[in-house]
Amino acid sequence: MVRDLDHALKHVSLRAPAPRFERPRPPRGVFTSQQGFMRALGVGAVLLVAVLPFMDASRYTMSIATSALIYVMLCMGLNVVVGYAGLLDLGYIAFFAVGAYISGIFTTVLGWPMWAALIATIVACVTAGIIIGAPTLRLRSDYLAIVTLGFGEIIRITANNLKITGGPSGIHGIPTWSFGPWSFDDGFNLFGIDFPERVVFYYFVAAVVIVVGVIGAGRLAKGRLGRAWKAVRDDEDAAEAMGINTYIAKISAYIIGAVWAGMAGQLMATHLSAISPNSFQFLYSALILMAVVLGGMGSTPGVIIGALFVSLAPELLRDFAEWRYLIFGVLLVVVMLFRPSGLWPATAVLPWLRRTRPTPPAFTEATAVPASVMESVDGTPTTDAHEGDRA
Amino acid sequence: MMQLIWNGLIVGSFYALVALGYSMVYGIIKLLNFAHGDIYMLGAFVGFFTLSAFGISNETSIPLLLVVLLLSMVTTGLIGVGIERIAYRPLRRSPRLAVLITAIGVSFTLEYGVRQIFGPNPEAFPIRLESSGFDVLGMRVTASQIVLVVIAAVLMLVLAHIVERTRQGRAMRAIALDPTGAQLMGVNVDRVIAMVFFIGSALAGAAGVMAGAYYGSIDFLMGFIIGLKAFTAAVIGGIGNLYGAMLGGVLLGMLESFGSAWFGGEWRDVFAFGFLILFLTLKPTGLLGARVVERM
Repeated sequence: MVRDLDHALKHVSLRAPAPRFERPRPPRGVFTSQQGFMRALGVGAVLLVAVLPFMDASRYTMSIATSALIYVMLCMGLNVVVGYAGLLDLGYIAFFAVGAYISGIFTTVLGWPMWAALIATIVACVTAGIIIGAPTLRLRSDYLAIVTLGFGEIIRITANNLKITGGPSGIHGIPTWSFGPWSFDDGFNLFGIDFPERVVFYYFVAAVVIVVGVIGAGRLAKGRLGRAWKAVRDDEDAAEAMGINTYIAKISAYIIGAVWAGMAGQLMATHLSAISPNSFQFLYSALILMAVVLGGMGSTPGVIIGALFVSLAPELLRDFAEWRYLIFGVLLVVVMLFRPSGLWPATAVLPWLRRTRPTPPAFTEATAVPASVMESVDGTPTTDAHEGDRA
Repeated sequence: MMQLIWNGLIVGSFYALVALGYSMVYGIIKLLNFAHGDIYMLGAFVGFFTLSAFGISNETSIPLLLVVLLLSMVTTGLIGVGIERIAYRPLRRSPRLAVLITAIGVSFTLEYGVRQIFGPNPEAFPIRLESSGFDVLGMRVTASQIVLVVIAAVLMLVLAHIVERTRQGRAMRAIALDPTGAQLMGVNVDRVIAMVFFIGSALAGAAGVMAGAYYGSIDFLMGFIIGLKAFTAAVIGGIGNLYGAMLGGVLLGMLESFGSAWFGGEWRDVFAFGFLILFLTLKPTGLLGARVVERM
């Protein structure tokens, strides 16, 4: 028997077999890799944003384009909170309100320049994020949703009631960006192209902030913190067991969401130069959530598409404006029921790069263990039935 | 002082009725039904629609109110069951975030569906309660206010009877404890959950009609704030606990009544939500709620 086994093992190589197929190099290039394509898409989008004012710099186009960009900023911020960290924030517009009001108050009442107000805004939003997040983030996710909803209403009602926020009529005459003696109102001449409209400047400021915001949020999501967020989202207990401080992860997501919204709020305040509590209703929190869910939670291109859809659709389709909230509500349900990962899911792979798992090599005579080996190992002759089972 | 208590009691009984539905649904399937406040709004609009269809306006009869109340309760109950069937049941095994988002979608759909049908402006509710009353213990009480409070109390008693004394009620409590175990014991889980939605929505619909008659005007967003407050009430009392919801509703009504007397009416909602946050932070199980151990 022992001699038989030795005899049998003579045929079995103890070295690892050479790979059957050469290991493929990770593909590069625009159309041959996911990463390359997404980068190209990003560069294309940035170029489009940069070129738009040179194609159509009318006040109307610039105005809705700026609003759309601000929506993108807001949605990217909410995407950090909802998409990456899995915390449902229904009062997200509150941070937008904090940003808008802080910059409005600091520039009109205190007379600070806009760049200083920007710093104040960020500080205020971090503070607001901690104040709202610290007590609530220990709660279960559905409690968190309703508490944030309550906070959103508290901020709006407070803005409506206080004197310093201008009460129901809000703040007017928020000044534009100014650097020393020169402000956006003065106009500018660049390479022979005249920029008389301050609207165009807001557009550029918004564009720069939003491009930085989008890239920043996307890169945060890929880093250590981002992976912690996703782990917490997928299974909080498991994440904690893996050594992630879930509370810190959640509150940092919350603070980053707050800062993004606050910057969007400041952009909005300077863009419109007037703000009022009515712009910060729950409706808008729900709209931003709608954009994130529709586009795909946790997916940068999806969220941008969602934001553009939610902000531009009522402008482009006037008949749609009347029905939009009803349609958005139905869409929210339908998307959750039938495509919970959204239009452009975070895990999407370009269709032409999609590969199925390589099929294992077919069972052939060459790969089969020789029949004689089988015979001698288990001591019984292999039968045809055996072969049939394995094939 | 007594007046404040009485006003708080009336508003609190509305809150309690809506909070009961919230609390029942939450207790049984751990779902925050954001659309619950909008069921309340639907109740008011069903009443408005039926009365307008019969050409009734400025009526003060209480029997008519009861008929409309019943009709609204049945309609909103059925709508609640339909919502559960279409939007929540397919997602019962999905992550919590998905169901919460769906619930917001349903809420939006109801609000803006009603807006498209009845228009964005407030409508006058066709039944108005007479304002003549009498003074008791230094508070002004009208007969119709007493009727409202009595209706609310009767509905709550009926509910308590159903949950604690009937077979269906036992099934509900069993599912709340352990859905899988209940199913193994032969409880038809889907049917009982549908029934919970029916009862909860019917109570909210009743509260809607009563609020319509009490305040005199209804609009498509009236459910949003009350949904939030009913949740607050449910949390104060201990979510998942029926008596807690009743107690929380009445308590919140009183707190608001006193709060607006002391700080001014414009801070009323801030006061209520402040309490919500305070309770959730300090005592998330509420006054009567049992300590819940999260199962993994």
